[in-house]
Amino acid sequence: MAIKELPREEYLLPGHAACAGCGASIALRLTLKALGRKTIVVVPACCTSIIQGPWPRTAVTIPLMNIMFEAAAACAAGISAGLKARGIKDVTVIAWAGDGGTYDIGIQALSGAAERGDNILYICYNNQAYMNTGIQRSGATPFGARTTTTPVLGKREPQKNMPLIMAAHGIPYVATATPAFPMDLMRKLRKAASLEGTKYVEILSPCPPGWRFPADKTVQMGRLAVQTCAWPLWEAEWRDGRQVFRLTGPSRLIAECPELKLPVDAYLAAQGRFRGMRPEEIQAVQKQVDTWWEQLKRLAGMA
Amino acid sequence: MALMAEKGWRSVFVTGNHAVAWAVKTARVQVVAAYPITPQTTIVEKIAEFVEKGELDAQYIRVESEHSAMTACIGAAAAGARAFTATASHGLALMHECLWWAAGARLPIVMAVVNRAMGPGWNIWTDYCDTMAQRDLGWIQVYCADNQEVFNSILQAYKLCEDHRVLLPCMVDLEAFILSHTYMPVRIPPQDEVDDWLPPYKPAWSLDPDEPITHGNLVYPAHYMEHRYLMQEAMERVRELLPKVGEDYRRRFGLTGLDFIETYKCEDAELLILTMGTMGVEARITVDKLRERGIKTGVARVRVFRPFPVEQVRQLAEGVPMVVVIDRHISYGAEGALAMETRWALYGLEERPLITSFIAGIGGRDVTWRDMERMALKAHEWMSKGEARWGIWYGVRGLEVA
Repeated sequence: MAIKELPREEYLLPGHAACAGCGASIALRLTLKALGRKTIVVVPACCTSIIQGPWPRTAVTIPLMNIMFEAAAACAAGISAGLKARGIKDVTVIAWAGDGGTYDIGIQALSGAAERGDNILYICYNNQAYMNTGIQRSGATPFGARTTTTPVLGKREPQKNMPLIMAAHGIPYVATATPAFPMDLMRKLRKAASLEGTKYVEILSPCPPGWRFPADKTVQMGRLAVQTCAWPLWEAEWRDGRQVFRLTGPSRLIAECPELKLPVDAYLAAQGRFRGMRPEEIQAVQKQVDTWWEQLKRLAGMA
Repeated sequence: MALMAEKGWRSVFVTGNHAVAWAVKTARVQVVAAYPITPQTTIVEKIAEFVEKGELDAQYIRVESEHSAMTACIGAAAAGARAFTATASHGLALMHECLWWAAGARLPIVMAVVNRAMGPGWNIWTDYCDTMAQRDLGWIQVYCADNQEVFNSILQAYKLCEDHRVLLPCMVDLEAFILSHTYMPVRIPPQDEVDDWLPPYKPAWSLDPDEPITHGNLVYPAHYMEHRYLMQEAMERVRELLPKVGEDYRRRFGLTGLDFIETYKCEDAELLILTMGTMGVEARITVDKLRERGIKTGVARVRVFRPFPVEQVRQLAEGVPMVVVIDRHISYGAEGALAMETRWALYGLEERPLITSFIAGIGGRDVTWRDMERMALKAHEWMSKGEARWGIWYGVRGLEVA
């Protein structure tokens, strides 16, 4: 798909309630464009609870069901089963959850759905903290990031590798993406939607107020995350009975031309949440990024 | 019994749990979310058997928790399907927030709850502390006293809940082991007649790309109260519609229909025993024994706790000098729920009876007709002296009821 072929239809309307420069709202807009009108969205408690706008209005033009914080995957599974019971086959059911609702409180329902193979597309838009409640640390918050619950020292623990956890479930499709690379994002979503079973796509969604960068730098922040390999773009699918990992887009390019890989400091220095990190802490983040990058390259057969 | 000879009727000898499963099958439930918990498990086991043998055409989701069981039912019902799950005790407690969501979303989900005590320590036997803790959520609550009633209640619950004037979920409650694992004969009407009486679910709203809606988004104080008022209004309509569904069911199938209260020898009673579930049937013996002693006693079994049958309780108690309430429930710091609600129902009467309330049978302790006779006699003794007592624990070691 070329950028000129982007669907003109808008399913997330202007006037929604996202903050200026919200990466998640760009991700949602692109996601709905990629999946089209025949989509049902389940939204647990997260920023999108607000972004969609308050009753009796709404900013989305497709069916949207709000549900409890930890319950997105189970609700989507129920909808999928309900549609199947009614003989409706042409609708994609997606869960659209933040990182808190995925990494932390929602992991049980998600893991259960993945193990059962419920026919849903679970999308985690990861802005790396509880942003809707005011920037509290989550299991997705990276080491060193200051949040309102790690206000002085910054978070002492690295994030967990949720996409890899989902890949370990052996589900048909897992991918990482960011709205900074919209074609890559949309291609992955369409591929995911074309497969039966549980699919997991995680979208890194830069958050200006949470990460503390200017609202016009959202796309740049996503690019930096990929260019520094802090957020490599990859996908894992099954071919001939084997789970195949593949680097995509710029990440593939970086694996081929390692000199394109930027130091992680370029990404950290652009965000207020990492301000005040000591050099050895930045080194620790660099080491963590490199370790996963090398491991991922091995998984993708590009080491 | 003549009906049984008619074509298509089936008579089975089953536990209360299997009566639930047969009702789910007969109601042609489309989505079942299942998670095991004692003593509910044989419900979902039997349904799994029906589904895997192709006797029930349903999607069967083997969820990883009760939280997901109720959530999956919410999703399925929102997609326009008839949904069912079953639970007990801690499973019900884990569902708590989902129960709010199901009722608030106005989804007519029916759930069987096998009443079981809460821990610690672990106790798998019966009391009503699990469901009574969920009485404020907008769920209709029906309490059963035998397996036929369990079967009947599930079928009728769908009919009632799916009525667009109601659109509230319903829990059908049956006591652990006393009903869940006790075999009784159950008569099952012909499938085609049930299909005719309970047609496929027609949702008032559903998630449909051709008619997109956003459900459950942020509601400001300016509108939230109206949403909640509509739930109360629907619950009030159940007062009128529930007995109608019951009467309709009785006429159609010749089986006992839903109603709020079942009475036994209450017409001339001077002492009225109010209780629920199987105790309400056992108490008939108590009534007969007390009448032999010359105490004109009657028993009323409250079958529906939500909506609470205020008018029916008033009519029964009006002019009766003494009421004894026996609860298999305790609200710590107060008394049992049935007693509390009976008091507010009767407060408006000009001539209020004296009310004495007991807490009994907590955690599955047997409550026999003899126990209820002792309670009634004690209460009679106190109230004859003009003295009413409340929240008296019956049968606790070292605690004599004196």
